[in-house]
Amino acid sequence: MANTRTAHHPLTAREAGLVGCTVCMRVAPAGTRTCALCGSALSSRDGSSLQRVWAWLIAGLVAYIPANTYPMLITTTLGSESKNTLLGGVIELYHHGSWGVATIVLVASIVIPMTKFLSIAYLAVGIGRPHVASRHSRHILYEVVEFIGRWSMIDVFVVAILSALVQLGSAASVHPGIAAVSFALSVAFTMQAAESFDSRLIWDADGNGNSNA
Amino acid sequence: MTDRAAQTLTNLEDLVACPSCDTLHRLSAVAEGSKASCVRCHRLLLNPRPNAMTKIVMLSVTATILMVTAISFPFLKLEAKGLTQQSSVVDAVLAFSNGLFLPLAVAVAALIVVLPLVRLFSILYVVAPMAFGDTPAPGAAIAFRVAARLKPWAMAEVFIIGTAVAMVKIAGLATLTLGPAFFAFAALVIVTIFQDIIMSPLIVWQTLERRTTR
Repeated sequence: MANTRTAHHPLTAREAGLVGCTVCMRVAPAGTRTCALCGSALSSRDGSSLQRVWAWLIAGLVAYIPANTYPMLITTTLGSESKNTLLGGVIELYHHGSWGVATIVLVASIVIPMTKFLSIAYLAVGIGRPHVASRHSRHILYEVVEFIGRWSMIDVFVVAILSALVQLGSAASVHPGIAAVSFALSVAFTMQAAESFDSRLIWDADGNGNSNA
Repeated sequence: MTDRAAQTLTNLEDLVACPSCDTLHRLSAVAEGSKASCVRCHRLLLNPRPNAMTKIVMLSVTATILMVTAISFPFLKLEAKGLTQQSSVVDAVLAFSNGLFLPLAVAVAALIVVLPLVRLFSILYVVAPMAFGDTPAPGAAIAFRVAARLKPWAMAEVFIIGTAVAMVKIAGLATLTLGPAFFAFAALVIVTIFQDIIMSPLIVWQTLERRTTR
């Protein structure tokens, strides 16, 4: 595997007058609309990428608000009903002394979503601007965001399992709260935001000078 | 630029562009068992394995059988104050099925059962004809594109971690017993991880290309 130039200033498909397919990696002459091998739509840089990123990101952020304010779980024990929000559930776990699990839930449902919102916004704002962080560190940030996003779904699955399992009549029963829906939506929207991001833009923005045309 | 472009244009089949950073690479033979990564962003491009196609088929069949086991046997059993409650994966999905929560039930079913299965079947559809015969199945390119697109949305492994969290949450209230479906699901996750390690999408695409044009 060798690039046509040196490792420090590698030649991109765009500079060579070609367009690369992001699905099957095949190249075609610039201007080709559809990949001959896999049939995906081709574009040298996805022009509407940033618009879609912002749209999904804002949708994710909006859905995240009710996810935190409304109850995630409704537990009925011997006639008394208690409603737990995301954060409330974490605090309860800490009180029970389950530090490990409380931390998993805290990370999956609060730290990861928040970090994702900030990271995607940071990456999107950085496109086309001179940057302090190197292209490489921003690329790594993108890969981490893309990889980690789906793990936020843990809490939705926890609610599903608990509601299915804890149905002991009057003794104890668990029902899902409306926050489970908005949280699932928020995670799906932010995953879409990360998927819509064309990471090739990171490498162009402060690239070799000729990639930004 | 024109010279170089003309030069590279002569044989496009030998060139690949990194999907993450657009760096152009000329393909050369990569030994089985070694890896080739992008020179600029270090994304893995190619990792040929001996007998990869056959292994992918076997792992996909295994995963399908495990998935069938996982949805037909009890997943978790709960005992408290003389009461017993058994739950299968299907029950976990149906927990959301009343009224307002129906869309969520559909989504959970899709994420943990339907999408992983669709992904497995599309990989099988693409790879099996090439592993045991020569000509790829019609529409193989579309099927493999679907498999690539679905990768982040198949969340069986996230579900397993979710189960672990749920178990700790109710450990104080009741006694929990793991059912056979739990182990089938855990095995399914491991098999899927192996499949992803062994399968190099670029090699599948190239084989597909070679055998379709011939």
